[in-house]
Amino acid sequence: MLEIEIDGKQAQVPAGSTIMDAAQLLGAYIPHFCYHKKLSIAANCRMCLVQVEKAPKPLPACATPVTNGMKVFTHSELAIKAQKGVMEFLLINHPLDCPICDQGGECQLQDLAVGYGGGASRYQEAKRVVFHKEVGPLISMQEMSRCIHCTRCVRFGQEIAGIMELGMANRNMHSEIQTFVGRSVDSELSGNMIDLCPVGALTSKPFRYSARSWELARRRSISPHDSLGANLTVQVKGNKVMRVLPRENEDVNECWISDKDRFSYEALNSPERLSKPVIRVDGALREVEWNVALDYVSHALKDIAQNHGGEAIAALASPHSTLEELHLLQKLTRALGSGSVDFRPHRRDFSADGKRAGTPWLGMKLSEIKDLDAALVVGSFLRKDHPLFAQRLRQLARKGGKVSLLSVTADDSSINVHARLTVSPAELVLALGGVVKAAARQKGVAVPSGLELVEPCASGKAIAESLLQGEGEKGKRAIFMGNVAEQHPQATQLHALALELAKLTGASVGFVGEAANSVGGYVAKALPTALDGYEMFAQPCKAYLLLGIDPEIDCHNPQQAVAALKQSALVVSLSSFKSGAALDYADVLLPIAPFAETSGTFVNAEGRVQSFNGVVRPLGDSRPGWKVLRVLGNVLALPGFDYDSSEQVRDEILPEGGVFVAGLDNGLDSGLSDLTLAPGAAASGLQRIADVPIHFADPLVRRAPALQQTRDAALPAARMSAATLAQQGVAAGSQVRVKQAQGEALLLAVADETVPAGCVRVAAAHASTAALGDMFGAISVERA
Amino acid sequence: MLTPDSLKRIDREIAKYPADQKQSAVMAALAIAQEELGWLSSEAIEFIAGYLGMPPIAAYEVASFYNMYDLKPVGKYKLTVCTNLPCMLTGGVDAGEYLKKKLGIGYNETTTDGRITLKEGECMGACGDAPVMIVNNRRMCSWMNPEQIDKLLAELE
Ligand code: SF4
Ligand code: FES
Ligand code: FES
Repeated sequence: MLEIEIDGKQAQVPAGSTIMDAAQLLGAYIPHFCYHKKLSIAANCRMCLVQVEKAPKPLPACATPVTNGMKVFTHSELAIKAQKGVMEFLLINHPLDCPICDQGGECQLQDLAVGYGGGASRYQEAKRVVFHKEVGPLISMQEMSRCIHCTRCVRFGQEIAGIMELGMANRNMHSEIQTFVGRSVDSELSGNMIDLCPVGALTSKPFRYSARSWELARRRSISPHDSLGANLTVQVKGNKVMRVLPRENEDVNECWISDKDRFSYEALNSPERLSKPVIRVDGALREVEWNVALDYVSHALKDIAQNHGGEAIAALASPHSTLEELHLLQKLTRALGSGSVDFRPHRRDFSADGKRAGTPWLGMKLSEIKDLDAALVVGSFLRKDHPLFAQRLRQLARKGGKVSLLSVTADDSSINVHARLTVSPAELVLALGGVVKAAARQKGVAVPSGLELVEPCASGKAIAESLLQGEGEKGKRAIFMGNVAEQHPQATQLHALALELAKLTGASVGFVGEAANSVGGYVAKALPTALDGYEMFAQPCKAYLLLGIDPEIDCHNPQQAVAALKQSALVVSLSSFKSGAALDYADVLLPIAPFAETSGTFVNAEGRVQSFNGVVRPLGDSRPGWKVLRVLGNVLALPGFDYDSSEQVRDEILPEGGVFVAGLDNGLDSGLSDLTLAPGAAASGLQRIADVPIHFADPLVRRAPALQQTRDAALPAARMSAATLAQQGVAAGSQVRVKQAQGEALLLAVADETVPAGCVRVAAAHASTAALGDMFGAISVERA
Repeated sequence: MLTPDSLKRIDREIAKYPADQKQSAVMAALAIAQEELGWLSSEAIEFIAGYLGMPPIAAYEVASFYNMYDLKPVGKYKLTVCTNLPCMLTGGVDAGEYLKKKLGIGYNETTTDGRITLKEGECMGACGDAPVMIVNNRRMCSWMNPEQIDKLLAELE
């Protein structure tokens, strides 16, 4: 520890700390622009100059290491003079356009200019002009003359997003922030650069010129998208959400959010919002009052329960629903006499249900990821499925942690990976079996039975080795199961193998989880005791209750789901939107409020309970989902539906309260016993690989216009390697007919070497591929 | 994009650094590419970036920072005149003006016959020899008074 004195206050700081660190510890403010606690030190703005005893000139606080007994003056005459001098230089080329600048009111340069700037400029010469740049639908770079070259945006790309898209071209007064030859900024974390930019050079395109920061009320919320549960500040004007910003929570999202979290709010004001209850009368949909709609639903449900039995009713919820909604839906469905309720529409293999030792979860706290020595991620489109979870792994790899990937495509993860194994979906189980076997051999213990015929490859061995390193010191290595591993037709085998690998290596096993309530759904017990989320469509039911989901897009087999919905007697959809297909099959559409308009709870991947309030009033006649289900329960005269608030519902689910839910456990009652892996048995014919693209993944984000213009929201194509293209006799760039089960889709063939041989990557969750079947399985491609 | 010869030279540069720090060779690699191609197109920069496993914008930062890299095509001879302060005080600016008049072009322009491109350069570390200029990044010319300049131009056919 080193002694330091800043402005007369003493502190002890660990060796290696800078003056800036010490100042933050002491609560002394040192003005700065380029310094950011999450980024490397650039020391290029010089705003942080301070006086240090015995130093002949002012020193930059952000880059000066503390030495023992150092005395620092942040407000001495010398320091202030230096700071004012720097400010004068910064303002020389900065335009005087604050009145029309979007950053006005929340600009660090503006704020510090008040403290350190002169009343008038001594600079009479011409200011430099920097041309605007076009970098895509999210970030505006229209006024680059405002840039003060702090390079925060550049360092963010290099260090946090893992992909350097912005750079500083040219030299001295000609320096400009730009992309390479005018390309777009495509990172899924790009919006954070807007927050980082201390001036109005990078601004939010969707938000620009729509409000001033001081007109906005700031409300707390939680992201309804991925399983991280990013903490949000939602900014509201009137009754309208104007902007979403990260709310710092070091344990969850640090100070970042993904672009999906940031820009999906646009969908809240989408013209597709459903604002009144709608029922089908004589084949046509008609807007009605709530009591009419609920009476209609209650009669229809009772009818079906009477004539066909309660089991004829099935309920499917989106995993993006709140804990309260999920709980009430399952309660209502069971009260009607049906056990067919689920919240996992993307899943195919449910054989682990009933064998789980507890609620599946991440297996560790998010904040513990940084302390891992090694991690293996199985079956994940990591960056796009889990932008901020991937960011944590990226930081782990940057500090020397060994991150390995075993997946079905070799997408760029922007992580410096230790080992990487890419296999077809059919070989995924085999490949993981290979890693298990390699681990057993390296450890010198008996190879688990069932793996006799498996032969681990070099990457498999490298992965096993990384997981075994430092074995014995518990909990320093982890195996994470991604979305593909859960959606896979042999998900339980993958799960069992991961547990086996964990047993051998001492690593923890975790599920990253695909949505905001992937853990919460289990906690709310929205789980089937009869038909699961796949079977309920494979064996058509008489009535369906849908909650916040577009089955024609969100199901593992959308073709089958739509067919089942069409044949059924009753489809009641609780939804925030009226989409094309629902207008076709639904008999009743009940408008429910999306996350910004309802209170509720999400349980994130680590089991953290995060409740939130609505930040604006529900649009039109829409109502919070929990209230709709509660009243429906009352109308149906079901017992136990008398709640006054969503908190009461939550307390019924989580009576013990607490920050984390109890009962988190990824164990399985049955082990590998029934599993025998045989190489070669798997592969025959062309297989489909379906990703759920980041900006199609839930009903909200699908309707956010700016996100829909990003590269990540490009139309799905039939992607395969050049060799597979040749084998199928189709040319890259041509239209192809892709067929699966009874369905087909016309797509563009694209050459993509990240797709393993014999596979075609065709995205799910999009209208253009909704006619296809299972996410994984046989598929054929022919010239259109 | 580059001949095997140039690639071999680049490989030799890469070999000077640890295997995981290939991009340390970026300056040399860009110079070698420019030598072969005459100038650095964005395709050339992207190729070098790819070859060294670095983002194209990072290679572009380097290529646009140093003014001996040419991001636009240049004439057969590139004449770079030093106009930094010591040279400026000792006739550097005048030498540049003389050249401009003589060639009928300004800085960053090329004579219509494609023979000579005129550029302004930064200190070449030969301030005592001012005015100085350099031909094609390689040949230093000192004490460039008008007669010397005439002689040089006559040589650069
Ligand atoms: S654009 Fe903004 S963040 Fe980037 S260097 Fe300029 S001022 Fe800094
Ligand atoms: S904050 Fe220290 S130099 Fe910019
Ligand atoms: S200033 Fe011209 S060589 Fe130094």
